[in-house]
Amino acid sequence: MALLDFGAAVARRRPRAAADGLLVRLLARPSAVVGLALLAIVLVAAAGADRFFPEDPLAMVALPLLPPGEDPAFPLGTDMLGRDIAAGVFHGARVSLLIGVVATLVSLVIGVGIGALAGYYRGALDRALMRVTELFQTIPPFLFALAIVAVLQPSIPTIVGAIGVTSWPSLARLVRAEVLKLRTSEMVEASIALGAGDARIILRHILPNAAGPILVSASILVATAILTESSLAFLGLGDPNVVSWGGMVGAGREVLRTDWYVATLPGVAIVIAVLALNLLGDGLNDALDPRSGRR
Amino acid sequence: MIVVVLGIATINFFLLHLAPGDAAQVLAGEAGSATPEYIATLRAQFGLDRPLWSQFLSYLGNVLTFDLGWSFRHGMSVGRLILDRLPATLLLMGASVGFAALAGSALGALAGRRAGSLADTAVSTVALLFYATPTFWVGLVLTVIFSVWLDWLPVGGMTTIGAGFSGAAYALDVAHHLVLPAATLGLFYVAVYARLMRASVIDVQGRDYVRTAVAKGLRSHRILRRHVLRNALLPVVTMLGVQIGSVLGGAVLVETVFSWPGLGRLAFEALFQRDLNLLLGVLLCSSVVVVVVNLVVDLAYAALDPRIEVA
Repeated sequence: MALLDFGAAVARRRPRAAADGLLVRLLARPSAVVGLALLAIVLVAAAGADRFFPEDPLAMVALPLLPPGEDPAFPLGTDMLGRDIAAGVFHGARVSLLIGVVATLVSLVIGVGIGALAGYYRGALDRALMRVTELFQTIPPFLFALAIVAVLQPSIPTIVGAIGVTSWPSLARLVRAEVLKLRTSEMVEASIALGAGDARIILRHILPNAAGPILVSASILVATAILTESSLAFLGLGDPNVVSWGGMVGAGREVLRTDWYVATLPGVAIVIAVLALNLLGDGLNDALDPRSGRR
Repeated sequence: MIVVVLGIATINFFLLHLAPGDAAQVLAGEAGSATPEYIATLRAQFGLDRPLWSQFLSYLGNVLTFDLGWSFRHGMSVGRLILDRLPATLLLMGASVGFAALAGSALGALAGRRAGSLADTAVSTVALLFYATPTFWVGLVLTVIFSVWLDWLPVGGMTTIGAGFSGAAYALDVAHHLVLPAATLGLFYVAVYARLMRASVIDVQGRDYVRTAVAKGLRSHRILRRHVLRNALLPVVTMLGVQIGSVLGGAVLVETVFSWPGLGRLAFEALFQRDLNLLLGVLLCSSVVVVVVNLVVDLAYAALDPRIEVA
């Protein structure tokens, strides 16, 4: 933690230097480099989906069940309705990333908010908020998300909301622990002495110093959100108007026995995206806490 | 525990009321001839015409007496349906978690003991891959390999239909059907426990008591067994409790892929038949399972670590 405080102090004076330091440390870890590279591939796929595959990925463009590699125009083949699997994979990247990132933002707002309030004010408020957190932790998150989406009908906003509402408890606990630690630091005592208000202390002094662990959690949360979204879509709870990796796998199940590639290829995309974010999270964790990297 | 159940029941109740339309409308819509009088009769019959707070109180009362309502689809009480399906899910979860804990701790211990070695790199890489792989996809790939190509294991179900086995033959038949679902659900947690055990073994190996044991000249496998593994297992046990909710979520996917007749499959069916009462009943019961398992884990923890007392 001492190192992070120092880092934040440096950041205030020379913002670029500290950011560069983190990036340099990040790039020194092979796992983080692999993660960043994989993530770059997914980002390029998402950003370039319209350019590479301008047609609607849900449109029927060729003969159904064309095996991969047979027609160079459809490198990954087509599914049972003649939809281009490669186009689906590229456009699916956009949907997965969008849902993963926005759901994580929802989760961050709830988790950081509850964690910061509980840790800062302690006492009765802390007990009440932790009770609620425990409650949300007890309900199996995937089943909970599934029930919410089923009740509200699947669409991108409901899926994002359901994932966000079910994934914040661990983050709230983490933030609470960080805030409890920082609350008694000299830096905060100095701010109190200077007459700073609670909101200012929490937002300007405490949270920026807890940014490291929150960032690590956020990258893991995006990975988990992508997994949850694809699982929901696999069960038929995806937004019917957009292509989704999980939905493609689910649809391909029907022809699994004869044309295994329809269901399995989009799954590889999920693995790449989730692996990238997990590796990045691991790398960030090590880079922010150099002690853990030495072993 | 009662507080937790009541809290979850409250969330459930309001979730149910967020749903567009109510059970009466759904049923009447399907009957085809939905006159307003018919819907009103149905509403009165199910108590849907009473004020919200009165419905809420009677719902809470019902939950506390394990009356989870009526599944209009199955024509059975939700409690009965869930109790029928629960054993299959517990069997699947037990097998997967057992497999994951054994294989994961063994692999993690192997990797952690020689951190940086080739074996460590191999285990860590494979664990990382499985950690990122969606459960349902693992299930499909295993099905393609072991059921379609090799034809070693059945594609789904819990028993061979029409075989009419009994006794040991029945148990063997179920075990045969259990292999793929349990492996599918377990592989993700093998990765989780391998990563955890690796870090834990590395941590414990650096402790003073291990150095003392080495200095005493104890044999290395004795040190590993008595001093390292016993202590390194503690976080793994904690994780079992923490993750039970996620195992249940995974069970929904695995049961759907392999038509395993458990709670998850029931939830999936309820989803498609828009039987929300049943779906939320499954959610409530799963949460109760989580609470109970955590209680058991606390007890196991106390047995493993004499420093901890059950509060």
